[in-house]
Amino acid sequence: MKKLLSGNEAMALGAVHGGLAVAAAYPGTPSTEILENLSKMEGIYVEWSTNEKVAMEVAMGASYGGGRALAIMKHVGLNVAADPFFAASQTGVRGGLVVISCDDPGMHSSQNEQDNRHYARFAKVPMLEPSNSQEAYELMGLAFHISEEFDTPVLFRSTTRISHCKSVVTIPDSPQIERQRPRFVRDPHKFVMVPSNARPRHPLMEERIARLSSYVETFPANEIILQDRSLGIISSGAAYQHAREVFREASFLKLVTSYPLPQTLIRRFVSEVRRVLVVEELDPFVEDALKAWGLSVIGKEVVPITGELNPDTLEERAAAAGLIPKPKAMYAVSQPARELPLRPPLLCPGCPHAATSYALKRLGFYHQKPEEESASGRKALARKREGLIAASDIGCYTLAVYPPLLALDTCACMGASIGQAHGLEKAGVTNRIVSVIGDSTFLHSGITGLVNDVYNQGRGTTIVLDNGTTAMTGHQGHPGTGTSARGEAAPRVVIEDLVRGIGVRDVNVVNAFDLALVQDTIERCVETDEPSVIIVRGDCPLHVRGKGKPMSVDPAQCDQCFNCLRVGCQAITRDGDEVRIDAGLCVGDRCTLCAQVCHQKAIRAK
Amino acid sequence: MTKTDILMTGVGGQGVILASDALAEIAMKAGHDVKKSDSLGMSQRGGSVVSHLRLGRQVFSPMIRKGGADILLAFERLEGARWADHLGERSIAIVNDVAIPPLSVVGGASAYPTSAEVEQIIGRYTDRLYIIPGTQMAQEMGNPQVLNVLLVGFLSVFLDIEEPSYIEDLSQRVPQKVLQLNLAAFARGREEALARTRGH
Repeated sequence: MKKLLSGNEAMALGAVHGGLAVAAAYPGTPSTEILENLSKMEGIYVEWSTNEKVAMEVAMGASYGGGRALAIMKHVGLNVAADPFFAASQTGVRGGLVVISCDDPGMHSSQNEQDNRHYARFAKVPMLEPSNSQEAYELMGLAFHISEEFDTPVLFRSTTRISHCKSVVTIPDSPQIERQRPRFVRDPHKFVMVPSNARPRHPLMEERIARLSSYVETFPANEIILQDRSLGIISSGAAYQHAREVFREASFLKLVTSYPLPQTLIRRFVSEVRRVLVVEELDPFVEDALKAWGLSVIGKEVVPITGELNPDTLEERAAAAGLIPKPKAMYAVSQPARELPLRPPLLCPGCPHAATSYALKRLGFYHQKPEEESASGRKALARKREGLIAASDIGCYTLAVYPPLLALDTCACMGASIGQAHGLEKAGVTNRIVSVIGDSTFLHSGITGLVNDVYNQGRGTTIVLDNGTTAMTGHQGHPGTGTSARGEAAPRVVIEDLVRGIGVRDVNVVNAFDLALVQDTIERCVETDEPSVIIVRGDCPLHVRGKGKPMSVDPAQCDQCFNCLRVGCQAITRDGDEVRIDAGLCVGDRCTLCAQVCHQKAIRAK
Repeated sequence: MTKTDILMTGVGGQGVILASDALAEIAMKAGHDVKKSDSLGMSQRGGSVVSHLRLGRQVFSPMIRKGGADILLAFERLEGARWADHLGERSIAIVNDVAIPPLSVVGGASAYPTSAEVEQIIGRYTDRLYIIPGTQMAQEMGNPQVLNVLLVGFLSVFLDIEEPSYIEDLSQRVPQKVLQLNLAAFARGREEALARTRGH
């Protein structure tokens, strides 16, 4: 049977056909759809875990119990899960344990473009890299097999152009699915990593990699294609496909086992061709290994070390290096006629984060510039301290860093905002400071930061933007939503109860669409000497649909101050001096933020 | 089939991805090798969307080269102009004549290109340009949501895939109660293309 599948769909299907029992993940682009697809399949257990570390530990436990298990995450998620990932390498497995890391070269939706292939060598585990959906499907079963055969977790590395690219996959019409019966066999020497048990495991890990090194020499998916022998390309993953596109005539060694590398196979290929170019996205992971073996190859002299690779860049660089003839101009025009306006990502119309972002913009640095001082009609916030600092986190609300909101001052990684705000305060910075974090991110890794602030007698104000879902990645459940990964009812962790339990006394729950209330609460909380939490609650308009009566502008009353344009709503457009609200985009009177900032009261629901 | 690279661009919410998904499926069932890669970035509703759809005997990279798009199907004028450098001199550009100004334009930071400018920008690469009032046509049919089906109908005339393949896919993909409307939108787009290409 032929199907058109994305890499993520193929991995999900391959895992189930490969005997998967338990899958745990935290959503993150470009990995999210793997668990979403698994959640529609029968006979397996799936969950959105609170974070990647927990997902990894759940998968470890399932494996210890004899089940084949998956932990799925984006590249930076593996940083969060690194501790149990290394521990799993130490203990080894019972049921096959596969960790899927979806990297994001080019940072389509990430804060960095770290190359997670390094984790394989670092943690001493084997790694497989598919180069299309067919391989993503087929390798999943092999990954479980390798895991069990060699008593090791397997790192399965994808990238955006594998995970999100659809290609044709041939799958068996009626796959034979075998699952082992769950059974835990006690073995403290293997599963209890006190130093005396851990020490003898390390030589076993080294021996394991040595055995894997010979196993991968005959791994069927590594493939040599001998064509013109004047140039040989060694590549893997999406980079391999781009290279096939550009170097039509060259010989190829496609590597699926990127760690450990099949040294004999590589040496044979290198001896068959005159020059060798290693084409890899991001770091010279394979190239460095080959050079350490004394092989004469080139790589990063030609292929960029930063950003996502594509055929255009590769061809340009290869031609400049004289590896291929200069491409004849496929197109006559090299420069665009003019700078075209960008279309940066924005908060959606009716977004419950908009009012808070707008309040932070008013209180923050943006409005504290001298010339702006009088523009804000609201009561002055301790002007001598200049702007309020908003330490932000990872989520849709991070988009408030862009114009026109310009509301945020930091954003580093999941859960960082609360600790950063605490550190700014303890360093003696005199500005008022808030941390801004979404509900899912707070439950992911914000809680520990807040516990720290309480214990270490901080006076931080934590704003939890609670839209009742994991919005940025497409509305997955989390412990605060009351919905499981399969969309069924689940117990709900109530954030206000949780933070009271931590010991925060000043807990406020406010309506996300009440700008004055949100701003007043922030202004009050930042003046107190104890930790405070403001839960700003309002539904995500893409998650909980439904519209009120759309807003409209009365041109007779509008004095063209354009304040409404500064809330950054896509539904509000300007045509000359006239402001219009797109009734199709406006969510109507369930938001009304534009009306709240209109000092002429010219904006009303129709 | 000879290689056909189709670049579909637009704004989040216009149905670009749904359309390219359908087209990819139809092409696969018609026996082509297919690769499709979407770029959404962090775009929520209203961001730039681009879908690379490549058909042929054997497709390697999922990404269309600059100058390599055989067809550009732009759901919006600015997103048509933005991707003009992927056109070659024999490429076909189909641009839906609608403007969705981004906030940078609304705020006055930059100017939205006029129809004439878009024509001129694309005209530097190819003279096979079709500007069609797709949004208006969809509205006239009673539902602006059928824009993507209508545009696929227009595009279908230029592809090496028989008409029944599209009809069959639509019949499976679209809910029964809006099927007739969608079939009509597909036919409307196709008629428009046939009318415009007659005599070429």
